[in-house]
Amino acid sequence: MTPGVFEYHRPNKVEDVLALLAEFGDDGKVLAGGHSLVPMMKLRLAEPAHIIDINAIASLRGIREEEGMIVIGAATTQAEIMGSDLLNEKCRILPDAAALIADPQVRNCGTIGGNCANGDPGNDDPAIMLALNASYTLQNQAGQRQIAAREFYEAVYTTALAEDELLTEIHVPAPAKGTGMSYQKIKRKVGDYAIAAAAVTLSMSAGQCTDAAVALTNVGDTALLSLEAAEAIKGSAVDARAIDRAADAAMADCEPVEDMRGTVEYRTAMVGEMTRRAIAEALSRVAGS
Amino acid sequence: MSDAPELTLEEREATIGGIGTARKRKEDARFIRGKGNYVDDIKLPGMLHGDFVRSSHAHALIKSIDTEEALKVDGVLAVITAKDLEPLSLHWMPTLAGDMAAVLADKKVHFQNQEVAFVVAADRYAAADGVQRVDVEYEELPPLIDPKRALDDDAPVIRDDVAENDEVGQGSRHHPNHIFEWKVGDKEATDAAFETADIRIREEIAYPRCHPSPLETCGCVASMDAVNGKLTVYGTFQAPHVVRTVVSLITGLAESNIRIVSPDIGGGFGNKVGAYPGYVCAAAASIVTGHPVKWIESRIDNLSTTAFARDYHMTGELAADKDGKILAVRANVIADHGAFNTHAQPMKWPAGLFNIVTGSYNIPVGHVEVNGVFTNKAPGGVAYRCSFRVTEAAYLIERLVDILAQKTGIDKAEIRLRNFVQPEQFPYSSCLGWEYDSGDYPTALQTAMQAVDYAGLRKEQAEKRDKGELMGIGISTFTEIVGAGPVRNCDIVGLGMFDSCEIRVHPTGSVIARLGTKSQGQGHETTFAQIIATELGIPSDDITIEEGDTDTAPYGLGTYGSRSTPVAGAATARAARKIKDKAKKIAAHVLEASEDDLEWEVDRFRVAGSDISMKMKDIAMAAYSNVPDGLEHGLETTDYYNPPNFTYPFGAYICVVDIDRFTGDVKVRRFYALDDCGTRINPMVIDGQIHGGLAEAYGIAMGQEISYDETGNVLGASLMDYFLPTSVETPEWETDFTVTPCPHHPIGAKGIGESPNVGGVPAFTNAIVDAFAHHGVTHMPMPHTQAKVWQTLNELGLNK
Repeated sequence: MTPGVFEYHRPNKVEDVLALLAEFGDDGKVLAGGHSLVPMMKLRLAEPAHIIDINAIASLRGIREEEGMIVIGAATTQAEIMGSDLLNEKCRILPDAAALIADPQVRNCGTIGGNCANGDPGNDDPAIMLALNASYTLQNQAGQRQIAAREFYEAVYTTALAEDELLTEIHVPAPAKGTGMSYQKIKRKVGDYAIAAAAVTLSMSAGQCTDAAVALTNVGDTALLSLEAAEAIKGSAVDARAIDRAADAAMADCEPVEDMRGTVEYRTAMVGEMTRRAIAEALSRVAGS
Repeated sequence: MSDAPELTLEEREATIGGIGTARKRKEDARFIRGKGNYVDDIKLPGMLHGDFVRSSHAHALIKSIDTEEALKVDGVLAVITAKDLEPLSLHWMPTLAGDMAAVLADKKVHFQNQEVAFVVAADRYAAADGVQRVDVEYEELPPLIDPKRALDDDAPVIRDDVAENDEVGQGSRHHPNHIFEWKVGDKEATDAAFETADIRIREEIAYPRCHPSPLETCGCVASMDAVNGKLTVYGTFQAPHVVRTVVSLITGLAESNIRIVSPDIGGGFGNKVGAYPGYVCAAAASIVTGHPVKWIESRIDNLSTTAFARDYHMTGELAADKDGKILAVRANVIADHGAFNTHAQPMKWPAGLFNIVTGSYNIPVGHVEVNGVFTNKAPGGVAYRCSFRVTEAAYLIERLVDILAQKTGIDKAEIRLRNFVQPEQFPYSSCLGWEYDSGDYPTALQTAMQAVDYAGLRKEQAEKRDKGELMGIGISTFTEIVGAGPVRNCDIVGLGMFDSCEIRVHPTGSVIARLGTKSQGQGHETTFAQIIATELGIPSDDITIEEGDTDTAPYGLGTYGSRSTPVAGAATARAARKIKDKAKKIAAHVLEASEDDLEWEVDRFRVAGSDISMKMKDIAMAAYSNVPDGLEHGLETTDYYNPPNFTYPFGAYICVVDIDRFTGDVKVRRFYALDDCGTRINPMVIDGQIHGGLAEAYGIAMGQEISYDETGNVLGASLMDYFLPTSVETPEWETDFTVTPCPHHPIGAKGIGESPNVGGVPAFTNAIVDAFAHHGVTHMPMPHTQAKVWQTLNELGLNK
């Protein structure tokens, strides 16, 4: 690990982070879990002049519920997500997905905020946030704003996060009773990004799907929300034919590239298969709840 | 001289912990505490650090190298290029295969990431800063990536330096990109057998380029003592003495002024046999600067530049009669050796032991032809946890036998039983020139079939097929050839492939033994002590094994090709026996008995039929105090062993897989591995070796490939893409064994480290192909990634 020269900062308060971000602009990079940034620095693909380590800031960690909203601190680790009783009870797709992220060492450091804010289409949490219709709290010295995850992602490593802003919280609407959810991911091995993955939430009432969302990981420039796939199951009994239509829609919406994980044809097919499996599992969880 | 309290014979044997004891590994005490001492742990006063500027192109002329900005970096002391090494004649180095390899690119680059300049700096960071600031101007040339196109008339010429040469160290050649042609067997008789055979099968079977990828990458610390002129190199060397001789030959330094030390090594698997530019540059930099210089590879450097394995493009054929009896084998191979022929192997033949391609089968006649070619890829060709080219040969024959079974409709186990070399045929002379020393193949396979309920598995498979589910059963009944080796067959730069052991018994009865081999995780400190323990009746715990320092160890050829136990292990037993012979003379003298009346009993000599005895521990003291007239004091000796033959371990593996027909995901449900490595010195170490080898075999079969795009960019050269299985992916292994002692080895041992890699890979492929056999599929290319398996599913329409 031979990164370029950088100065290391470890502030204790959010305000201090914001002051440093305001001062350094593009030369400053926030270090949370470091599992995206540090490998890039190792390869010198990133050579930030200033590293702003936020791990000393307790207020950025923790999971709570307030007014129908689950609020997750941005520096909450994936291991903490997996261990959260609140999430396992009310929003299990997040702990389920965390368990599919890399290995325990990575999950002990890697944070949900970093996963969401980094803008890497290979990260797992953005698609889930799209499906859950979560929003992000972004702060700078001037104040804070709330932005929907569905408005946040622009392109590879490009998001609505400004240079002087810090993602501090993630707000997830607490899923209503009768909501089932599932994240299905196919990868080559531990530590790999998805060949394709699908996040599905759906609500059933009297045997009919009243609401649904389908989002996809690592098969486009950003995580993708497939409105068509959701439409295919909404209003249906979520039978095999509806599931097939949703899978076809997700396949039509995705834009994977060929890489070491497979051809476009294969990765597209896996979008369909993961969508199918996620819908089926989400449905089974509605029945179980 | 009696025990107090008196122990039974069994208790005394248990105390010794000799051959056959599942003793915990002695070296693990330091490894599990983080107290190992690897090359990168070595820090010498004033030590500098080196790093390479590497080529961004696969094939290009170097127009200029501008080092000015790099030299301005704080801490950078020097930037070395080929021009700087030329006056020392170190810009090229001879390879173990008789070719030359560039140390630093000389006028052109031949593969991506080739070493172009060496930056020497006060610390590792400054070295990397300097590397970034060296500006190299290239003029791109068309690259040659596909080895099958290497001998085309219009193929780009890769090696201008040898383009006109009639040979590059391995016999005649007929094209500028040609390295060698190697033929063995009776072509005429083979062709005739194919002519008239009822059944002929033929398949193109590639073994992709993969990489040993040891956990510790390659590296060294070179330290030239300017005062006494002694060069010390600590490095990741599987064969330290060979390195010393080669360094002497290259530099002209006296061998007595070179000390090579291999400290703890974190896995080698063939990657650490060869000589690399990093070693030469670090040594040259130390000579020039007068400071120790460290060079340590990054993971990407390791995967993309030092010592790949395989890259064999094989066409295999079998001729058989209607009953599936094999009549002839034919193999034609294009071997991609990359840009320089740096394949590291001790055999006198350019395709090593590939003519073990007859496997475990009694095949009357055969013919093999291998052509080696240059391409614009990293140089090498090493044996990744196998003897050279044995794993390619085993993969080919085990695949061909399966294909023959499918063609004839004979069960895949049955066809093997019909063709095995039979136990009474040993020693067996194969049609391609080997004398198999011993084996019992039918017993091994039948034991395996019984253990897994083979008939039951086939029944289950038939039921699953009716339901459209995909289940595969893979069999591999391989024969290895290991233990290089007989000096008549094997050498490295002219040095015979003997090996050595020196034993010193101290006055109080403890022992130090030094060998010419070098453990990289094989557990030598444990197992070699057990050989001595049994031979001398001294507890294993009182025996220290040392390797890897050329100033202290006897000359040896190192550790690879499963040669340590077959060769150095034999030297160890023989050295111990020489000690024992002398001990007997001393015991007879002290006990005032005739040597003829002494009997060996676990840990002592006893006067036959009496209760008078003398323990080896007491004999040791006598050796330094009370020896008979005419006998030298001391209890030390050395043995150099030249084996009369290779050893031939074998095994029967059965693998069961279930395939997800929608995703292509392969789940290994069961893997049963029966190995026969002759006498088993330490069953726990053997099990560990088999577990490790099978994990690597699984990695190779399922996802290890170093591939290139059409412009020569190396793909997958990081652990993000290159599949190193972790405990999560690795299947459960069931191990079993039979024991057929090696008839020519002093303790009957054969070598085990590589069998699971050699035998494991075809078991996986055979299982996966078997899952599709009822759809007429005869072969599927490695690695069996989900994407590739899905392609087969999709083509057959099975994923609908």
